[in-house]
Amino acid sequence: MSMSADDEGAPDRDGVERAGARLAPDPKGAGGKAQGGLSLHVPEPEFRPGDTPDFSDVPIPKAGSVRKPPIDVDEADIHDLAYSIIRVLNREGEAVGEWADMLTDGELIQGLRDMLRVRAFDARMLMAQRQGKTSFYMQALGEEAIACAFRKALKPGDMNFPTYRQQGLLLSTDYPMVDMMNQIYSNGADPLRGRQLPIMYSSKRHGFFTISGNLATQFVQAVGWAMASAIRGDDKIAAGWIGDGSTAENDFHSALVFASTYRAPVVLNIVNNQWAISTFQGIARGGAATFAARGLGFGVPSLRVDGNDYLAVYAVSKWAIDRARSNLGPTLIEFVTYRAGAHSTSDDPSGYRPKQESAKWPLGDPVERLKNHLIAKGVWSEERHVQAAAEIESEVVQAEKQAERHGTLHSGDKPPAREMFEDVYAETPPHLIRQRQEAGY
Amino acid sequence: MARMTMIEAVRSAMDVSMGRDDSVVVYGEDVGYFGGVFRCTQGLQQKYGKARCFDSPINESGIIGTAIGMAVHGMRPCVEIQFADYMFPGYDQLTQEAARIRYRSNGDFTVPMTVRMPTGGGIFGGQTHSQSPEALFAHVCGLKTVIPSNPYDAKGLLIASIEDDDPVIFLEPKRLYNGPFDGHHDRPITPWKNHELGEVPEEYYRIPLGKAAVRREGNDVTILTYGTMVHVALAAAEETGIDAEIIDLRTILPLDFDAIEESVRKTGRCVIVNEATKTCGFAAELMSIVAETCFYHLEAPIRRVTGWDTPYPHSQEWEYFPGPKRVGAALLDVMEAA
Repeated sequence: MSMSADDEGAPDRDGVERAGARLAPDPKGAGGKAQGGLSLHVPEPEFRPGDTPDFSDVPIPKAGSVRKPPIDVDEADIHDLAYSIIRVLNREGEAVGEWADMLTDGELIQGLRDMLRVRAFDARMLMAQRQGKTSFYMQALGEEAIACAFRKALKPGDMNFPTYRQQGLLLSTDYPMVDMMNQIYSNGADPLRGRQLPIMYSSKRHGFFTISGNLATQFVQAVGWAMASAIRGDDKIAAGWIGDGSTAENDFHSALVFASTYRAPVVLNIVNNQWAISTFQGIARGGAATFAARGLGFGVPSLRVDGNDYLAVYAVSKWAIDRARSNLGPTLIEFVTYRAGAHSTSDDPSGYRPKQESAKWPLGDPVERLKNHLIAKGVWSEERHVQAAAEIESEVVQAEKQAERHGTLHSGDKPPAREMFEDVYAETPPHLIRQRQEAGY
Repeated sequence: MARMTMIEAVRSAMDVSMGRDDSVVVYGEDVGYFGGVFRCTQGLQQKYGKARCFDSPINESGIIGTAIGMAVHGMRPCVEIQFADYMFPGYDQLTQEAARIRYRSNGDFTVPMTVRMPTGGGIFGGQTHSQSPEALFAHVCGLKTVIPSNPYDAKGLLIASIEDDDPVIFLEPKRLYNGPFDGHHDRPITPWKNHELGEVPEEYYRIPLGKAAVRREGNDVTILTYGTMVHVALAAAEETGIDAEIIDLRTILPLDFDAIEESVRKTGRCVIVNEATKTCGFAAELMSIVAETCFYHLEAPIRRVTGWDTPYPHSQEWEYFPGPKRVGAALLDVMEAA
């Protein structure tokens, strides 16, 4: 991926930024021969395989140009933030503007290591899937900054309700990498006992709610968790996660109406990575200018942020989390990013988008951008970067070896079949005891 | 002891539960200030405050989805869906989420949640206020489904449901709210105050989930039923003079296999009665169980009496409703079959 955080565009709220989403006229027309003059509009992405993607005319607000309001700001006074993009790192790798300077050098270096850890873990598990060690994998390539930086703004006891692409929420904590691999392999040491599709982790202790696989359901559950925290007068907050495509689900609306009505202490995160499997984000967004703007009708403060800018992600996350914890209610955040890899190991993006599109994406690569920032500050170097990457690679390889000692999907240990009948209920009811006996366990 | 309607018994169960455990919260459409369209939550907001009993937006997926989030947090939400017919927007949250969270997280997260819904017909509710969707819940692994037939059971079962560590669907036969309706719609209403099961303790008690009750002992034929149809079956037994043993299942999942099998093996005949539509209804499951476990004790084919496989009509309500006449005909039929 290229490193081209473009600073040329003005922070122009009228010329709404719609990277990768501009509506192109449909040359074939969808309506056929119309007698009454009506025709159906079906949005199309601007570029398809064979096209040369060109985002040079996409206005990207200058880093540092978007103001930072106080957390108790009136929602009506920040509608413009739902249409802009909050950015901190400029093209020279400098952190600029009111959202900058929230993290120490040490914290930033740790953030870089967290992202490298996600990237190395993903690469290794992608290969493991190709080698037949598991059935399925989903990487977060290009989106690492979002989960990693958001996690750092939370406190112990807060709860995430993630989607399947927030492995960074676990990999930026002390959750054992080997347990994630055991889950991916559904092996004898799988903490979820072989019951879940690979990557559908769960860890209450690490503030990571069990991943569903059905879309958007977790968004409203996060609101309920936050309402419970408020009912109990606690100080913990919840975070809901959703993708651009699944904002079209009913539960997105349900979450916003409940969050808005009860002023729940929740941060509602939309990760707009431009693609929902093969469907470009314009199909879910429709005629709205941005996904963040969906929050405005609910009276929920809504911000749009450069998801490939670790510093901006942290700053905006912290702002929203502080609001929630101060009993000021929910915030909707749209993280603008790009899914650089395939949707999953079952997907081939060359069938629906140009191969070069991710390299042309105007917000660059989050790892490169943070690395260049740290080098520009004089606290990091190419040598240290290579060394850190090698250490992490070694950690991943060691974890994989350790996991494989407990088996992989088709070889070695696996959870006993008898366990299939457990945990359907707290106590196994008579019909399940009968079925377990019938099955011979 | 007090005399209570089923509405008062349900309300008393929530009141007692909220008083004992401040993690119990109650909400739903019109549930807070007004106390619910059937008045089941009347007074709870005044007594426990707005943070523990409140009105929700008209959004069943949101009601159930937020209740899941609260349960995961450690609370015991008891939410109301205004009519069982309205639960479908929340069906995804119930069946794919609440039902599976314990399993998919290996017990890391659990959902001790109760979802109350008025069920069944008999009040001229038409097709969207009369359905009996219990089979749609019993078919889903991870849910428990409870259907009381009287105030005493309703209170004890609802307290047990709220205290259960798994999601429970609590279906309240709305035609039973104010009296033990036996299907004779043209006769004066019998109030609960004249019925022994309308005598309800004011204090805490539980009735365990998964235990059936014998409503009438008999030797000739077993009637397996629940909810409103318990009273219809009692009327049919009286009117035909057939010595039927009437089993009120109370909980359809978990199911009391022992009570079913013991009775059918004793009588050798079985009629199953439910108000819901016939095809793939819970009566079909009960027939299968009886056929699988009691076949060699049967002296006649198993019969079921159900609602017809049509939407619940408005003006033809009593032609649709499986009343005592249809149940009585089935009883006579299985008695003649020998």
